Amino acid sequence: MAISFNLNGTTVSVQAEPDTPLLWVIRDEVGLTGTKFGCGAALCGACTVHLNGSPIRSCQTPVSAVAGKKVATVESLSADNSHPLQKAWIKHQVPQCGYCQSGQLMSATALLSKNKNPSDADIDNAMSGNLCRCGTYNRIRAAIKDAAAEMRNA
Amino acid sequence: MTTTRREFLKSASLGTGVAVLSMYVPGMGGKEAQAAGSMHTPNVWVHIADDNTITLISHMSEMGQGVHTSLPMLIAEELNVDINKVKVTTAPADPAYVNGLLGAQITGGSTSIRDAWEKLRIGGAQVRTMLIQAAANKWGVDASSLTAENGMVSGGGNSATYGSLAAAAASIPVPKDVKLKDASDFRLVGKAIPRLDAPSKVNGTAIFGIDAKVPGMVYASIEMSPVIEGKPVSFDAEAAKKMPGVIDIVAIDNGVAVVADTYWHAFSARKKIKSIKWDLGAGANLSTAEMWAGTRAAEKTVDAIKVRPDVGDAKAAIAGAAKVVKAEYMTQLMGHQQLEPTVFIADVRGDTCVLTGSTQFQQGAQGTAAAVLGIKPENVTVNTTLLGGGFGRRVCVDYAGQAAQVSKAVGRPVKILWTREDEMKNDFYRPLGLNRLEAGLDASGKPVGIKHQLTSKSITQVLFGLPKKTLDPFMVEAQVAPYNIPNTAHDLIIHDYGFRPGYLRAVSHTMNCFANESFMDELAAAAGADPVAYRLSLLQGKENERFVAVLKLAAEKAGWGRKLPKGRALGVALMEGYGTYMAQVAEVSVTGGVVKVHKVTVACDCGHTVNPGIVSQQLEGGIIYGLSGALYGDITVKNGRVEQSNFNDFRIVRQNESPEISVHLIASTEKPGGVGEPSTSLIGPAVANAIAAAAGKRVRSMPLEKGLKSA
Repeated sequence: MAISFNLNGTTVSVQAEPDTPLLWVIRDEVGLTGTKFGCGAALCGACTVHLNGSPIRSCQTPVSAVAGKKVATVESLSADNSHPLQKAWIKHQVPQCGYCQSGQLMSATALLSKNKNPSDADIDNAMSGNLCRCGTYNRIRAAIKDAAAEMRNA
Repeated sequence: MTTTRREFLKSASLGTGVAVLSMYVPGMGGKEAQAAGSMHTPNVWVHIADDNTITLISHMSEMGQGVHTSLPMLIAEELNVDINKVKVTTAPADPAYVNGLLGAQITGGSTSIRDAWEKLRIGGAQVRTMLIQAAANKWGVDASSLTAENGMVSGGGNSATYGSLAAAAASIPVPKDVKLKDASDFRLVGKAIPRLDAPSKVNGTAIFGIDAKVPGMVYASIEMSPVIEGKPVSFDAEAAKKMPGVIDIVAIDNGVAVVADTYWHAFSARKKIKSIKWDLGAGANLSTAEMWAGTRAAEKTVDAIKVRPDVGDAKAAIAGAAKVVKAEYMTQLMGHQQLEPTVFIADVRGDTCVLTGSTQFQQGAQGTAAAVLGIKPENVTVNTTLLGGGFGRRVCVDYAGQAAQVSKAVGRPVKILWTREDEMKNDFYRPLGLNRLEAGLDASGKPVGIKHQLTSKSITQVLFGLPKKTLDPFMVEAQVAPYNIPNTAHDLIIHDYGFRPGYLRAVSHTMNCFANESFMDELAAAAGADPVAYRLSLLQGKENERFVAVLKLAAEKAGWGRKLPKGRALGVALMEGYGTYMAQVAEVSVTGGVVKVHKVTVACDCGHTVNPGIVSQQLEGGIIYGLSGALYGDITVKNGRVEQSNFNDFRIVRQNESPEISVHLIASTEKPGGVGEPSTSLIGPAVANAIAAAAGKRVRSMPLEKGLKSA
């Protein structure tokens, strides 16, 4: 069946069974591959996107649940890496393999949308659902603080 | 010149929209036939396009370790070009790209920089020399009057871009003797150049294996035998075949593959396959307990292999010692669990096959696909994407065989993708290891003799056919510690407990360093000595200078000896691995049974660094990877089946558990050491030693939190 939702500011209409996870609709139907598959069980955060501004695990969200709503993926931050978090990610040289970073960035974006001055505990709470096997956690923490400072001063 | 190479060069050139004009490959049969286009390949390492775009052909896969920045730096250094304008592509499967340190086209073993250090600088200098010669020929001047800078050859009032000279340069024989820059003239090497792949990894445009597509591609999800190496005998696919999008359901060697138009359709239908009967094979009753029991039995029944000739007489020295210390250490089975699951595309057409995806072993993928298809290896092309982590998992190329079988069966290009559960239960696992140590101390507490026996499984026997009863060098890494002890005996007992093994980041360094460095603290305790001072007292002599330097630096930076609150302590470890000298100090507290690692200080002498920024990344990442295995990660087996299934029961370090890490690099002009792996191995003993100091409990088995419960 056809399901419509807003993806990164554009309305998309997809043909998929209603129980198809949003992750696979975004990746295979729409063709935006920044959002990654890691565990299929909401345990690793690689598939994190925003639903109406809140972070969700797209591997566990049926596409039927997003009909008529706003979905944002890593591609929405900016193509030219001008978003404060993308800039901070590059400044702190966060990515190694990079596979988890789309999810990390979307969790971090959701955190900073509500809290422009996160404490270490706030970062722990917002980010501990996102696994990184390359071990980039400390750089992620530093980059979030840097981006938060830029956003406060903007 | 082979079809493989031509096909690769065509595909590699897609990024710049041009085709191959010419190339010359030393030892590969001379000049390639001319073709229309504007990409020039003076030697096996470099393409230069008319528009002056320079592309490094990397013989190493980018799996996070930064080689698609550090390797082009080596080329750009000698070519005198802006590193930010250099593009990178991964080499095809070809003998020209064999890793000289491993003898196969493998990315692993912390060898990338060590293998490339001279190879790629020579490659860059060759191309520079050829470009200058082409300009000299063109202008009728002496080559020595010309310089190559910033993508231009110039001199005597003439100048030309590398791109405009590349066609002529590519027709000049590759010079044998070229002069390399003196280290004092380096502009790039040694600098923390930002990673070239970082921009694409923060805006979703980086293409990993899972993102790659080929025209007409369909997807497969494979129900694999619950016991590794089991085979499907029969199954009922009727219900599954009726599921949306299903194209076919085919049996392959170790499973049943559901092929569909989308991944989700393939995965959904896979769950509808009924009544699968498996031939589970010989491993159907295996358990971790049985593996350990067999390992212990082998200590008594299997002849030991000498790791190195005995020094003096350790047995006699221990027998005559004032005090004897004995301990055994256990290191658990471990899975890789890179975040991008196993994924690979095969496109089999007649007697050819194109493979695309995440691999650490292009030659192996090529050979495996060729073998299962019964075609010539040179008819198999390998296109390597970015890897969403490797850690050794993608050295084992079972996925190439699976993808090739499925593609052949359905006559279409197929992408296979594993689930996390598939990944957890069908890995190639780091062997478990039992290290037994015994030392004698004299009245002053100084060791007079030491025996160290490792009993474990040989990965190299299973995967590469190393003859039995032969020393496997990948089992005894760092088993011989640097300490000056007059009588030593180092032995290896190889026991095959029958479960699929694989090389995992740092391989046997982890078990051997855990044993050696834990034991060193136990000896210091028996001697009533400080662990750092005790180690330093055993590291006299010029040959140990680099060990002393990293140990002192780590201790100083960590504030070794400072007073800490009750229940909180520092622990130290020291090791050489991959030509890199390293010390770590972990600051740890223990509350109840919970271990919290607050901070890790690491001092590292890895010789000449190409990119110290990437070195730091690797040390940090190795510590977190090692900490996950040291504290939490555990693979257990029952009835031949891995008991863990996903990240809920295979625990890895998360953001809230990640310690602060302080990296200190020692400047050096020694030849480069490897940095991808060593830091993984020191964190276990550093934390175990800190736990002993903080909680008064010596944990001699990993994972440490589990070991702490029974300590």
